Amino acid sequence: MQDLNLGIGEGADAVVNYVLDHFTPALDGIATGIGFVTDGIRAALTGVPAPAVIAAIALLALWRVGWKFAVFAVAALLLIGGMGLWERMMETLSLVLAATGIAILIGVPLGIAMARSNVVQMVARPVLDLMQTMPAFVYLIPAAMFFGLGAVPGTIATVIFAMPPVVRLTNLGIRQVHSEFIEAGLAFGCTPMQLLLKVQVPNALPSIMAGINQTIMLSLSMVVIASMIGAGGLGNTVLTGIQRLDVGTGFEGGLAVVVLAVLLDRITQSFGQKRAPSGLRALFARRSEGAAQQPAVVSKA
Amino acid sequence: MDTANQTTGGDAPAPVKIALRNVFKVFGDRPDVAIRMVREGRGKEEIHAATGCTVGVNDASFDIHAGEIFVIMGLSGSGKSTLLRLINRLIEPSSGEILVDGQDITKMSRRELIALRRRDMSMVFQSFALLPNRSVLDNAAFGLEVAGVSEGERHEKARAALQAVGLAAYAESRPDQLSGGMKQRVGLARALASEPTVLLMDEAFSALDPLIRAEMQDELLRLQSEHSRTIIFVSHDLDEAMRIGDRIAIMQHGKVVQVGTPDEIVSSPANDYVRSFFRNVDVSQVFRAGDIARESQVTLIERRGLAIPAALERMRQHDRDVAIVVGRDKTYHGMVTADSLAKAARSGGEDPYRKALLSEVEPIAADETLSDVMGKVAESPHPVPVVDAERRYVGAISKSALLRTLDRSGN
Repeated sequence: MQDLNLGIGEGADAVVNYVLDHFTPALDGIATGIGFVTDGIRAALTGVPAPAVIAAIALLALWRVGWKFAVFAVAALLLIGGMGLWERMMETLSLVLAATGIAILIGVPLGIAMARSNVVQMVARPVLDLMQTMPAFVYLIPAAMFFGLGAVPGTIATVIFAMPPVVRLTNLGIRQVHSEFIEAGLAFGCTPMQLLLKVQVPNALPSIMAGINQTIMLSLSMVVIASMIGAGGLGNTVLTGIQRLDVGTGFEGGLAVVVLAVLLDRITQSFGQKRAPSGLRALFARRSEGAAQQPAVVSKA
Repeated sequence: MDTANQTTGGDAPAPVKIALRNVFKVFGDRPDVAIRMVREGRGKEEIHAATGCTVGVNDASFDIHAGEIFVIMGLSGSGKSTLLRLINRLIEPSSGEILVDGQDITKMSRRELIALRRRDMSMVFQSFALLPNRSVLDNAAFGLEVAGVSEGERHEKARAALQAVGLAAYAESRPDQLSGGMKQRVGLARALASEPTVLLMDEAFSALDPLIRAEMQDELLRLQSEHSRTIIFVSHDLDEAMRIGDRIAIMQHGKVVQVGTPDEIVSSPANDYVRSFFRNVDVSQVFRAGDIARESQVTLIERRGLAIPAALERMRQHDRDVAIVVGRDKTYHGMVTADSLAKAARSGGEDPYRKALLSEVEPIAADETLSDVMGKVAESPHPVPVVDAERRYVGAISKSALLRTLDRSGN
């Protein structure tokens, strides 16, 4: 077996070289487009003073999750600031947001297409498996060759690695919409597009949101790896720690990643649920619910 | 085949609104072969074995007059829901013509069909099918919204429809805040809001408990008296069909075996199957326990034990001596009497109600024939509970219900 070489590696090389030779203008175009998005988000996030960002995240946590989590969020963000990693964290956050945004933009329509056509599903499934299971480092090489070093190839590698969950869960969510809802939509004269937008997507939303949550989590883990090709952010801190065998630096970087992950996870998860259990939202909800439920009691009596 | 087309309408005053001509529906890959085999008079099983196809509707031909309530009745699996869905083409017919106001809808393009569904037809579903992410008002306005009616106008019409079914106060509620009967009122309002000429109702009241069901039937008759529409109502419940139907079509194994007014069907049933609904020589062989089981008993739901005082109070309110204990998923746990509950409560201990379950009461399976269960019902001092194959509670058979069913053979 050792002498046997099917030349798959050479094949991959040839494909990469061919793309490099013939599609450089297109690649540059993509790079410029994505660079515009990531730079824009990064400039916006790092331009805002830290206290304002902390206040905004705290309010979001209070609104969606609860006051305890809001306190945790403030403490955690102050901790990151205290470790001197604020800039880095904002860079990482901007990469995550850019990558997730692009993944959603491509992934949700792709998931819908898969739900509507078994052929698309059959073709897309193995591709998604490949994207998800191929070791993440493998993307970095062609990404760096196509797009150079920096945030752009980092974002692209992250999009590839993180997109499958949102595609899969969009597909699943739409396929699982109760058939009676579909029948009702059709019986009242929905066009296929109306059926999608008014019946299928709203009912699949919890599933789609779960997919987006998973995509965010995966992109966060990939962003750290992407720092190896100069994507910047908290990954750099971790990388520095590894290169210098400096446990302290590595741990600080890792801790900041964990904190960011917890914040993003809890806040995005809350959007998939119908109603937040506590916090600001519940305060308002309690009042309006009370009003809505009163007549229900009267009629049953 | 001859009985299928036998429309025994009396003076038939109203014009024909919907006409079905030799309509077939075959599920499977080779409908043409299957239809040819049906025409040759082969049986359902034989066709399934030869082609893998299932005949859903077999050569249905009848007229539905404008303004009548037309009930399609049959046991489950007889193809009645399929037949209903052919009329708005939620299911594509395999062959035949379906004329609505003289226009063959089977030949309509997708666009014409959508226009027809928006303008002329709406539908009410057994499990309501209200969209959970919309308010009651927006659910009622759904058909109009889809048809592109402006927000102000559709809300006005939806409010009027909610008013008509007595739910105007709940416009801003969410469907999950309403009871079953109220949900189906919303379903009805949604169907009425676009002012259709044809209303398709698929077992619309079957999921409701008996009192609410009767109330909804009255509601439907009242709405019909105010503004006459053509209503096609699918039901498996004979009492319901007799109560609301101007005419009834009876289906058996995908075939329409008789069409007529309730009186005509009772006085001259087309075959034994039809007769079995009313006065079969042996009703007890035709009906199964599940067919006559009624959910009229008090059910107590067991979640982490049972609050005995509350259970007793509910039994008192409903004036019942016995109650059925079920799990949250409706699995049958047992039967209790007010006495056994009270005794168990006095004795105390862990989960006292468990001691209250009557050990001698054995549930009967829904698919047993009446002749098999007659003895059990007769001997039992209480109504006998009926469970399905998954041991879920279906209902109970009381002595009087059994007698009433058997008595149909006498008149």
